[in-house]
Amino acid sequence: MTHTDVDIIQNRPISNAKLGVLVLLGAETMLFVGLIGAFLVFRMGNVNWPPLSLGDIQLPQLITGINTLLLLISGYTMFYSVRSIQQDRIWHHHVSLVFTWFLGLAFLVIQGSEWIQLIGKGLTLQSGIYGGIFYVLIGCHAAHVLGAVMWLSIVLAKSLLGKFCAEKYTGVETCMLYWIFVVALWPILYILVYLY
Amino acid sequence: MQENENLTHQHDENQKTDQENGDALQQSDEQNGDNHDTHDHHHEGFIRKYVFSLDHKMIGKQFLIYGLLMLFLGGGLAMLFRWQLAYPDITEDMAANLENVESRSAKPLPIIGASDEFLKEYLETGEAEPRTWADRMWLNIMESDGYEYIKLNLGFGIMSPAFYNMLFTMHATIMVFFVVVPILVGAFGNFLIPLMIGTRDMAFPVLNMLSFWLAVLAAGIMIAGFFVPGGHASAGWTGYAPLSANTDWTGVNWGINLWAISLLIQGFSSLVGSINYITTIINMRAPGMTFFRMPLVIWALFIVAILLLLAFPVLSSALALLIFDRLAGTTFFTSTSSGGGDPLLWQHLFWFFGHPEVYILILPGMGIASELIPVFSRKPIFGYRSMVYAMIAIAFLGWVVWGHHMFQSGMRPGMGAFFMTTTMLIAVPSAIKTFNWLGTMFRGSIRFTTPMLHAIAFVSMFVIGGLSGIFMANTPVDIAIHDTYFIVAHIHYVVFGGSLFAIFGGIVFWFPKMYGRYMNDTLSKIHFWLTFISFNCTFFPMHILGMGMHRRRIENPMATEYTQMFEGMNIFITMSAFTLGVVQLILVFNFFWSMYKGKVAEKNPWHVNTLEWEAPTPVPHGNFAQIPTVHRGPYEYSVPGEEADWIPQAQPEPVPASAGD
Repeated sequence: MTHTDVDIIQNRPISNAKLGVLVLLGAETMLFVGLIGAFLVFRMGNVNWPPLSLGDIQLPQLITGINTLLLLISGYTMFYSVRSIQQDRIWHHHVSLVFTWFLGLAFLVIQGSEWIQLIGKGLTLQSGIYGGIFYVLIGCHAAHVLGAVMWLSIVLAKSLLGKFCAEKYTGVETCMLYWIFVVALWPILYILVYLY
Repeated sequence: MQENENLTHQHDENQKTDQENGDALQQSDEQNGDNHDTHDHHHEGFIRKYVFSLDHKMIGKQFLIYGLLMLFLGGGLAMLFRWQLAYPDITEDMAANLENVESRSAKPLPIIGASDEFLKEYLETGEAEPRTWADRMWLNIMESDGYEYIKLNLGFGIMSPAFYNMLFTMHATIMVFFVVVPILVGAFGNFLIPLMIGTRDMAFPVLNMLSFWLAVLAAGIMIAGFFVPGGHASAGWTGYAPLSANTDWTGVNWGINLWAISLLIQGFSSLVGSINYITTIINMRAPGMTFFRMPLVIWALFIVAILLLLAFPVLSSALALLIFDRLAGTTFFTSTSSGGGDPLLWQHLFWFFGHPEVYILILPGMGIASELIPVFSRKPIFGYRSMVYAMIAIAFLGWVVWGHHMFQSGMRPGMGAFFMTTTMLIAVPSAIKTFNWLGTMFRGSIRFTTPMLHAIAFVSMFVIGGLSGIFMANTPVDIAIHDTYFIVAHIHYVVFGGSLFAIFGGIVFWFPKMYGRYMNDTLSKIHFWLTFISFNCTFFPMHILGMGMHRRRIENPMATEYTQMFEGMNIFITMSAFTLGVVQLILVFNFFWSMYKGKVAEKNPWHVNTLEWEAPTPVPHGNFAQIPTVHRGPYEYSVPGEEADWIPQAQPEPVPASAGD
């Protein structure tokens, strides 16, 4: 690298990795715009939701509400862990990362058990558009949470091995951006799919 | 220009000096390489260098070859179905068809089909002496036990309606997703962005490689679809539901599945690519390369990357729903007795992606034309900023016009008026760009080099395509000409006359930088003129077909009385299309021949200002020995008071002589 190369890299307002993740989140947003658009078309096009042919299917609003809270808390702990490493409080950083990881996992486990109950009650992917869009939309989000948890596992391992410090924490920061996206998306889905 | 003079020199002498130059260039290339990089890359193996390369230039070239190969596949499909349109089969049932050969006008395909005399004799007597190798092949196939699909759909080289549907579906799919976007965005984007903004490589080289190999995987799956039982997707490139959602309608099962899966993967490839482009352009520009000093082609690619990034995921969501419909038994796009889904939803999702996609196809072409025209007019581009704002306006408006594809699908008249107005609005930025190109050429010292010819063809064909677009944007007019050949003429004037001419021009223009040699100028010019003439002969009459209500996707225009008068025109179009297809072989020959045997090019053969011509030729790994500093805009040609008629972007401003000294 020559002198000018170093200059360019130092003058960047935002690192390549962070910018790349932000751009990726733009695309993710549009993916969900497509799916939520499909959901709204079905929702608006039907007076009875869930359609009468499905019987008395009731989505678990309360448990999912609690689950929503768990996810929102995980968003805060994730944010806190980045804050901690910025201020060089490694202990806080580790603990909050571990908390985030468990909260994300808990979200998935609770949602999985809900799904098993719903399938037991007869709501499957083939239950018309109601079941179809429910599993595809919520499943797509769950896949993103799973991806975020897996990403966080790597970040957590690296963090415990001491790869990050107050000067170098881009790896945690990019993971946080993705995590916050996944968390922020969920209340919208919860309100639209479960409450609306 | 100098290279034109050189062309007239004796060939033998040139050859000699060329070789010497080539050796010298190679040496200097290696020396440059040593300056800035580890010694490893000199020993990098064939696979690292040519196959799984991380270098943006190699990936760009890979995309170029990939796109050109797919161009021939897509063009070949078009030639096949053009034959059917010129000499259509007038009976529907293949078996009945073969019995009364006298009463039909269907002609077997040329070369690969059986000969007329043989077929006639065979159908009359049940056996015949093969006259050509194709006769022998078809005799073997028709008398063997297997090959049911081919027997039914392409017996003796006469295609069935289902086969015809497959051909036009795959023609459009391949051309849109595997030719124009990979070449314009993949090849030119990869090759030009780092060079033109003055950096060493893309922001994420590994993702860049991933983007190419995902595209290869997608192409492989797409091609595999031709060989599955039932044939390939045949619901049109738009894949309208319920045609695409339900196997019963087309009889195609795995064809459409593979079509959808392949497009999903292509979506990932585009996603990865556009993340890379956006990050690179925002973060890695050379010192002094402000946004408004970027060449317009970089602006175009930047805007296109944003469009791809935001549009393709919407298609991905639609494709995912389609795959669930087909494989998991959901009913998103088919209505069932118990309510069910909405076929129109597919159209909304598809065109919400599809219209930005149309601008993805044309904006880089506009960018390339904006590079070529100032260079060969030796004038600054007219209205640089208005060009940028026009592109941004087009990209923005592209999001709110998708409904104009659906005037005939049923929508509230008020919505129709909204989409009509927004669509018409796009004429404003498009006209700004056109007049700017004309203004750039106006009173310039125009040099009619091959790239310039292509650029002028781009502008003029784009105007025709744009004007026919205005007709269809009008709801009342569209009611008449919707889904006729008028739209076929329109899309080909924009995407062939526009994008492909820009691609050809770009290839000839940047070939010296890519491979260090010129393309043969005579061959390039022959290729241009033959393409230009046969292109217009092919697509201009389609406007007239469209006004005569010749439907867009019928496989037999002789079956309806009102299109029978177009028989002669259809034959003329087909002949022109075959010429157009064959002429492209000149380009291929020229491309590969010039790669090894072309005249060696100097560093900046066209006297261009932009940064890519500052790099040595052929461009070494890492591009620049020293990252250049940019001091001026990209189009400072024929500046008054300057000695040369071009000032490279990296040339510092002259230090003003202070009065005191």
